[in-house]
Amino acid sequence: MRKRSLIEQVRRVGESGIGVLAALGRATLFLFHSLFGPSGLDNRFALLVRQLYSVGVLSLAIVVVSGIFIGMVLALQGYSILSSYGSEQAVGQMVALTLLRELGPVVTALLFAGRAGSALAAEIGNMKSTEQLSSLEMIGVDPLKYIIAPRLWAGFISLPLLTVIFNVVGIWGGAMVAVDWLGVYEGSFWANMQNSVVFSSDVLNGVIKSLVFAVVVTWIAVFQGYDCEPTSEGISRATTRTVVYASLAVLGLDFILTALMFGDF
Amino acid sequence: MRIRTLEIGVGLFLLAGVLALLLLSLRVSGLNVASTDTYKLYAYFDNIAGLSVRSKVTMAGVTIGKVTAIDLDRESYTGRVTLEIQKDIDILPSDSTASILTAGLLGEKYVGISVGGEEQTLGDGDTIRDTQSSLVLEELIGKFLLNSVNKE
Amino acid sequence: MSVANANAVELKGVTFMRGERSIFHNVDIVIPRGKVTAIMGPSGCGKTTLLRLIAAQLKPASGEVWVAGTNLPSLSRRELFEMRKQMGVLFQSGALFTDLDVFENVAFPLRVHTKLPEEMIRDIVLMKLQAVGLRGAVELMPDELSGGMKRRVALARAIALDPQILMYDEPFAGQDPIAMGVLVQLIRLLNDALGITSIVVSHDLAETASIADYIYVVGDGQVLGQGTPAQLRESTNPRIRQFMKGAADGPVPFHFPAPPYADDLLRGSDA
Repeated sequence: MRKRSLIEQVRRVGESGIGVLAALGRATLFLFHSLFGPSGLDNRFALLVRQLYSVGVLSLAIVVVSGIFIGMVLALQGYSILSSYGSEQAVGQMVALTLLRELGPVVTALLFAGRAGSALAAEIGNMKSTEQLSSLEMIGVDPLKYIIAPRLWAGFISLPLLTVIFNVVGIWGGAMVAVDWLGVYEGSFWANMQNSVVFSSDVLNGVIKSLVFAVVVTWIAVFQGYDCEPTSEGISRATTRTVVYASLAVLGLDFILTALMFGDF
Repeated sequence: MRIRTLEIGVGLFLLAGVLALLLLSLRVSGLNVASTDTYKLYAYFDNIAGLSVRSKVTMAGVTIGKVTAIDLDRESYTGRVTLEIQKDIDILPSDSTASILTAGLLGEKYVGISVGGEEQTLGDGDTIRDTQSSLVLEELIGKFLLNSVNKE
Repeated sequence: MSVANANAVELKGVTFMRGERSIFHNVDIVIPRGKVTAIMGPSGCGKTTLLRLIAAQLKPASGEVWVAGTNLPSLSRRELFEMRKQMGVLFQSGALFTDLDVFENVAFPLRVHTKLPEEMIRDIVLMKLQAVGLRGAVELMPDELSGGMKRRVALARAIALDPQILMYDEPFAGQDPIAMGVLVQLIRLLNDALGITSIVVSHDLAETASIADYIYVVGDGQVLGQGTPAQLRESTNPRIRQFMKGAADGPVPFHFPAPPYADDLLRGSDA
């Protein structure tokens, strides 16, 4: 019912644009303040270990199950497509290369954003709204160093590890389907794979991708939680935003990284 | 105590990750597949189109080595391919032929070596003089015919 | 370090802005040592902001905040860190750290600010919990506690370092009568027994008036009135009268600003 003039609409768009820039600036300062500089804490390792558990270990289940299924599906689909060219024996290298270069890093990052990312955002947002972060400041502990930094490092370490585990179980799942079910010769499955997978460009590039994704996803999740409105709606909005922004960022960066690494231009 | 199980869990997680990385590098990627005992041979081709580093080098279909480098030779304007052959295959006659062939319908290129008749064998650093460049599919058939004539 | 002063806290000419809006303009507040002083006012008048200014979580745009003889905005980080030992804050929701149990929560300030051995920390924690009546809950996790119990544990944590100044942010909000009674008694007891200065920010008139020695009524970015509870009840200032009586209409109007009622009804809907 409330009509807005054109000028007002333009003004609002401009306002949100500036808001985005301001948020980006806040997020960058937030990141640097959390990660660098003296922390004055002596139990940093214990804090990190606890976060590695809640961010990394608890994400293992979904990563492993998804990995196995995706590997199996890849083998199935790959086999049906390759057999029309008489090249079923290449299914091993197809599964491996697809996982190592693309699906491993991207899917693991998306799963991580959904499971660990949203949990981080919600947890930190909750701490903000129940004034735990303020209490920490009152007692003289910097919440950026005590709460945020361990979670950031935990994310940076966990996601590449999860990606590598995803790749291994995916290849294993694919091998199970291809060799045990579809009848591809075990020897040629592995030999073809070993011949075409290059450690430096395929395995390492995949790990580099997952590192980049780790930084981006964890940063977004943690910042959204920290920056949210300290109310219940604020927290739920922050959680949703985390998953959406992180997923979009992962997919966009994946394109850029793939072009850089495998573009060959 | 709860902290203990936490630490053990994290330790296992890190271990699993490192193991997975090792598995990927050793069993999946064929790192260090060929042993270190190899010797180098060079071959000059007019056209190496499609051949890449790490392509197979075979003789009679058996893999005996791989391509380790491809450079442009500035004097002869031809492509110089460096082949690393397993040391125990030191029986290649000095008039052997190196040809760039296509494997299967996916078009992967590899180097196939066919023997000549000379007594002298090729050693480390020698050059294969007789070469057949990468060919188009239609001419592939003709090349096979040539090969069978060579063998007789 | 601190000059023997009758006043524990003094705000002189403090102005605080949030963006363009001025939350406080040139405010002067004096909080005497060893007494319970209340800061009251309608919702959203910035009472919590005042607390945060005193607790040095926020910096004023201009003016001075004197706590225990030092002007807070002029302190360095390190000095401010030391200063925090003298202040305890009880937040509205208790703000216990959810991943630590009751013992660790109360021990937290001790671990941050002191290097006391474990046995001493244990003794102090149990002592503080005993003071608030929750020594038996020492091994529970925060989510196993009721709201009132959470606040009492948070209070134990706030007094862990024996601060000179205790600040309570809306301590009575949403509490049942028994929990309220417990808190009221604790605030008064701690103040008198330990000789600390208590600052209570609240809009619960009855409870606050029953324990406060002095009250500041704040609104519109200024101090509207001040005095002992008895003095305020006699006040002739219309705003203070409306606040003290809880009248629905007065200087703070009942109706949100709107065009005349008849016009609205007759106009119908917009085309």
